[in-house]
Amino acid sequence: MDMLAGKVKLTQQSVNSAMNPTDALARPIRLEARDVTVHYGAKQALFGISIDIPDRAVTSFIGPSGCGKSTFLRCINRMNDTIEGARVGGSIKLDGEDIYDPSLDVVELRARIGMVFQKPNPFPKSIYENVAYGPRIHGLARSKSDLDEIVVSSLRKAGLFEEVKDRLSEPGTGLSGGQQQRLCIARAIAVGPEVILMDEPCSALDPIATAIIEELIDELRENYTIVIVTHSMQQAARVSQKTAFFHLGKLIEEGVTEDIFTNPVHKQTQDYIMGRIG
Amino acid sequence: MNSLAVAALLLVLLGLAYQSGWSRSRALATVGGPKVHSRPQYHGSYVAIWTMMPALVVLLLWAWLGGELTHNHITAQIPADTLQALDQTALNAAINRIRAIASGFGVAGEVAPYEQAAGESLRSFQMLTGTGVLLVAALCGGAALLYARGRITARLRARNAVERVVNIALLLCSAVAILTTLGIVASLLTEALRFFTFINPLDFFFGTVWAPNNAPTAGNYGRYGLLPLLAGTLMITAIAMLVAVPVGLMAAIYLSQYAPRRLRAVAKPMIEILAGIPTIVFGFFALVTVGPFLRDFGRLVGLNINATSALTAGIVMGIMIIPFVSSLSDDILNQVPRTLRDGAYGLGATQSETIRNVLLPAALPGIVGAFLLAVSRAVGETMIVVLAAGNAPVLRGNPFEPVATITVSIVNQLTGDTDFSGPQSLVGFALGLTLFVITLGLNIFALYIVRRFREQYE
Repeated sequence: MDMLAGKVKLTQQSVNSAMNPTDALARPIRLEARDVTVHYGAKQALFGISIDIPDRAVTSFIGPSGCGKSTFLRCINRMNDTIEGARVGGSIKLDGEDIYDPSLDVVELRARIGMVFQKPNPFPKSIYENVAYGPRIHGLARSKSDLDEIVVSSLRKAGLFEEVKDRLSEPGTGLSGGQQQRLCIARAIAVGPEVILMDEPCSALDPIATAIIEELIDELRENYTIVIVTHSMQQAARVSQKTAFFHLGKLIEEGVTEDIFTNPVHKQTQDYIMGRIG
Repeated sequence: MNSLAVAALLLVLLGLAYQSGWSRSRALATVGGPKVHSRPQYHGSYVAIWTMMPALVVLLLWAWLGGELTHNHITAQIPADTLQALDQTALNAAINRIRAIASGFGVAGEVAPYEQAAGESLRSFQMLTGTGVLLVAALCGGAALLYARGRITARLRARNAVERVVNIALLLCSAVAILTTLGIVASLLTEALRFFTFINPLDFFFGTVWAPNNAPTAGNYGRYGLLPLLAGTLMITAIAMLVAVPVGLMAAIYLSQYAPRRLRAVAKPMIEILAGIPTIVFGFFALVTVGPFLRDFGRLVGLNINATSALTAGIVMGIMIIPFVSSLSDDILNQVPRTLRDGAYGLGATQSETIRNVLLPAALPGIVGAFLLAVSRAVGETMIVVLAAGNAPVLRGNPFEPVATITVSIVNQLTGDTDFSGPQSLVGFALGLTLFVITLGLNIFALYIVRRFREQYE
């Protein structure tokens, strides 16, 4: 109950401090996708997606299953590279720099664009090691105390520190689903990304854990550019400032979240929001 | 009794019974009639099972008692005075001659008149009993068929009855496997205990000299120390593992993580073909190719390597086990959830970092399990060692010298003339028991570890 009460309170706060809807579009553009296509083998999964993603705001992708929203998300940090037979066309620019440029270091790109997955996937290591892993491989900490500091501050930002501070050496897989997902968010934050991609981060969680994550996303927006794929339209409406609707591999409509939900232009968007498709 | 006739009888009964149950059931299922509980094929199977049971019981009874009856019939044909003159061996010989005459193959040498008479009598006896048994089996089967057919009604739960029979059949099959294992262990145990009545177990388990006296003069059995054999076994196993684990594991990592799908589709079966090569062929390979190569190579670098040595056998055994390690590890690596890999890639880890820091730690328990299974395989391997290890049961630590293993010594002690009355052949059972305990222990440990690994991701 306490958590729910806290949630209500925080939502009010965030409403108070919420940016003006038009602000989302007025913000500088962080990511710029043009004509992005994806083929898996002979099958085309995405058809010419073009969208701008604003800096330090939450952009949500909605649409029925199999509409390509996750596929597009995975283009942004080149996770599709790890899938055999996937080909990506078009261009995606991060701060004006093409991320599909052959000279770009993918590993470095993924440090700048973090990702949180559908199912919480902590490594089978301790809580501490889960968060410390990224900084270690990227050489972000000069000393043990540096590393400690990164781990603690990342866990704090993910709102998990108070719950786990006494058991940092216990396995991360022993946490509850919601805690695991926040651990994964802490793990992503620890690398110091600018953009965080979230692929249906709450779909495996219960409503209370979902509320906590949504709250967290709202806080993170101040420092990070966030792109979230979600099945839940309520979630998109609650957490995002910009929304894009995908259907059958095409981007049907995008715009300020409030407009999309109250005043959609396209019939397909309308149908989806009214629950007639998907 | 002619086995063809038996098979024909059973098949005909089976077909008749199934057909009869099936058609009876079809007749029940009329439009607007009662709802029939089971489908026609279940009624067919139901009648078939009912029919086969008594027929099989009759045939089995005959198979069990028939030999005894025939034997008695033959001895009854031999005149009493001749019978008394025959000892056990001569009696068996006479019975075999009579059987041969009855079968029409004929015998060598003069045929005594009583033999001729007995042979003819036996032939008619066999005709009579054979036909009789078939007839009884057919009658019992037929009666059961009629009974079962009469029981078919719309409400008969034939489906459930067939299910029960299938259940029992499956149970019997697994019982065969389990009972065989128990039987083998029991025979190993009893024979090993007999061995220990000759040789003190302490001398066996802790003896350092292996010198069985295979033609024992009274009371001098020679010495049966296990340690030289155990040391040889462990040395060869260790060398084999040193070859198989790195190569197998790397191959598995390459195949599961790096190889393009098309290469994988070709390479994986190719590696598994290695597992299909008979071990005796690996033995040739060790003896003819690897051994001489190692010897020449040793000469080149100034080492004295025997062509047949622990090294030769170990290396070739390692090659033999590679597919075992690689295909188990490959399966285990593929079991690690994709989301874990994605998690590491998403943080900006390179492929090799992901494999080293995430994939291998997650798969480690499973890989250890695979490793232990491979060890138990190597410990029990025989043919390569027989050919390539040199068979020198001496306790020493130099892998370039010939050694002997437990398996080789079993082969040595049990081939040729053996009568299982002295320790020189009974020791085979003691050695076999030792080997069994070692591999059993390894397997249990491996399964325990693999199971713990599995629980982690479910």
